[in-house]
Amino acid sequence: MKLLTHNLLSSHVRGVGPRGFPLRLQATEVRINPVEFNPDFVARMIPKVEWAALLEAADTLHLVEVPKEPIEGYENDETFLRKMHHVLLEVDVLEGTLQCPESGRLFPISRGIPNMLLNDEETET
Amino acid sequence: MARRCTLNRYLLLMAQEHLEFRLPEIKSLLSLFGGQFISSQETYGKSPFWILSLPSEDIARNLMKRTVCAKSIFELWGHGRSPEELYSSLKNYPVEKMIPFLHSDSTYKIKIHTFNKTLTQEEKVKRIDALEFLPFEGKVNLKKPQHIFSILEDYGLDPNCIPENPYNIYFGRWIADGQRELIESYSVKKRHFIGNTSMDAGLSFIMVNHGKVKENDVVFDPFVGTGGLLIASAHFGAYVYGTDIDYNTVHGLGKASRKNQKWRGPDENIRANLRQYGLEKYYLDVLVSDASKPSWRKGTFFDAIITDPPYGIRESTRRTGSQKEIPRGIEKWPESHVPVSLSYHLSDMFFDLLNFAAETLVLGGRLVYWLPVYTPEYTEEMVPWHPCLKLISNCEQRLSSHTSRRLITMEKVKKFENRDQYSHLLSDHFLPYQGHNSFREKYFSGVTKRIIKEEKSNQE
Repeated sequence: MKLLTHNLLSSHVRGVGPRGFPLRLQATEVRINPVEFNPDFVARMIPKVEWAALLEAADTLHLVEVPKEPIEGYENDETFLRKMHHVLLEVDVLEGTLQCPESGRLFPISRGIPNMLLNDEETET
Repeated sequence: MARRCTLNRYLLLMAQEHLEFRLPEIKSLLSLFGGQFISSQETYGKSPFWILSLPSEDIARNLMKRTVCAKSIFELWGHGRSPEELYSSLKNYPVEKMIPFLHSDSTYKIKIHTFNKTLTQEEKVKRIDALEFLPFEGKVNLKKPQHIFSILEDYGLDPNCIPENPYNIYFGRWIADGQRELIESYSVKKRHFIGNTSMDAGLSFIMVNHGKVKENDVVFDPFVGTGGLLIASAHFGAYVYGTDIDYNTVHGLGKASRKNQKWRGPDENIRANLRQYGLEKYYLDVLVSDASKPSWRKGTFFDAIITDPPYGIRESTRRTGSQKEIPRGIEKWPESHVPVSLSYHLSDMFFDLLNFAAETLVLGGRLVYWLPVYTPEYTEEMVPWHPCLKLISNCEQRLSSHTSRRLITMEKVKKFENRDQYSHLLSDHFLPYQGHNSFREKYFSGVTKRIIKEEKSNQE
């Protein structure tokens, strides 16, 4: 699971609503996966990022060199974009959990794939 | 006679399959490249010859870099319903437009294609020679010419009724071929990871084209299965997300869909499929998730949603929730957790899908999905509707004598305000959809009737 994905996910346990974001990340196995740098794509993703959640997740994974916020003119700043590219797309959580901050419910990540399925009682009506 | 803007005429030679899907594909692609579908032809119907007006050759080339419905495009220099009409049309084509391709330093070749008729070599040579009046000054090079010109003769569509003379003759400068070779190179037969309902490669690309997917887009498939639609999207430069409720499929576990294979190997999952085609960099993530209970936070993240939802026949329609329904033959692996699933009524599924698309698509983004239909009862009113989404196209593919599926393309034209606002509107509208709920019953009832009929006729 990439950190870009983590940034877009929220818990949908019944009653939790917007307080289901961000999911608390815990990782037991992380892999750095080189991905071809595409500045245009990274630049497109910057406006979608919830920065606080990204910093929290990056911190949990002990990542360094994570920009604290989007800088002015980021679209043309290759250094900034390369750092964001690494954080968002090259860090892959293989094993771990995502925890709903409100209900505490855990969603497992295995083989890099989060399982977001809920049980009968937990599902939002 | 005033000219509005300089438009040139081009001839598209279309492939003769998926006939209904062709016009929406071309229109969608033209709008993607800033062009418009302008044509003086009344209907296209079954003909493979389409004349279009476009403002530039660049748009024509861009179109061909995407289309799987069109074989080739030519700059149209002349056409007529007889050789005489063709020659006179050619004489009317501005010479200054011809000269750049005919000057003495260039090399060229003239080809002739006939449709629904075979000509002898002699007949072909005669027709090419008849064009001597054109100001060709370059040298003929049959192996690697700089410019290729084509004569195309249309002898109709009926192989049992071939006319003596062609109905139409066209002459043009070949510009580019389409992407039909992708159909073979991405064939499901060669793919590492397939499922029971993996989509035919050609239709996957058609769906992606209807969806106006472009480079650097984010495309999502909520019923991803083995990822065929993600592969087609990634091929055109989109980054892809997928979800599926089936743990085994997403992880690439369980029984294989290939005839002689028992279990899936380690190289069989969605990521591996993308890797097979050199598209792994476009893989964002796949998740095990229930499409009716999505896990995305509030926001518009997707440029396109391209999907083939389960119809409840070959794949079961499921969702999580409590009900005492016995799940159909789900393989259980120690790690997986497949909660009790209840039968997901198809109409609920389309309701959820459209609502989800309206909420998560960017403005102008498209939803492309298959709608299963019980043909004897189909009416246009049955096509799901949403106030934020505009219907762009609806193309039928027949599946059996009484069932078909329709490829529906919708575009988000209005900002999504509030989830609750739409629920009462839509639930009223969806009531007549019992057809979708009982699609499975009707499908199987047709099969049962046929079996009974056959048994009866065997007894007679």
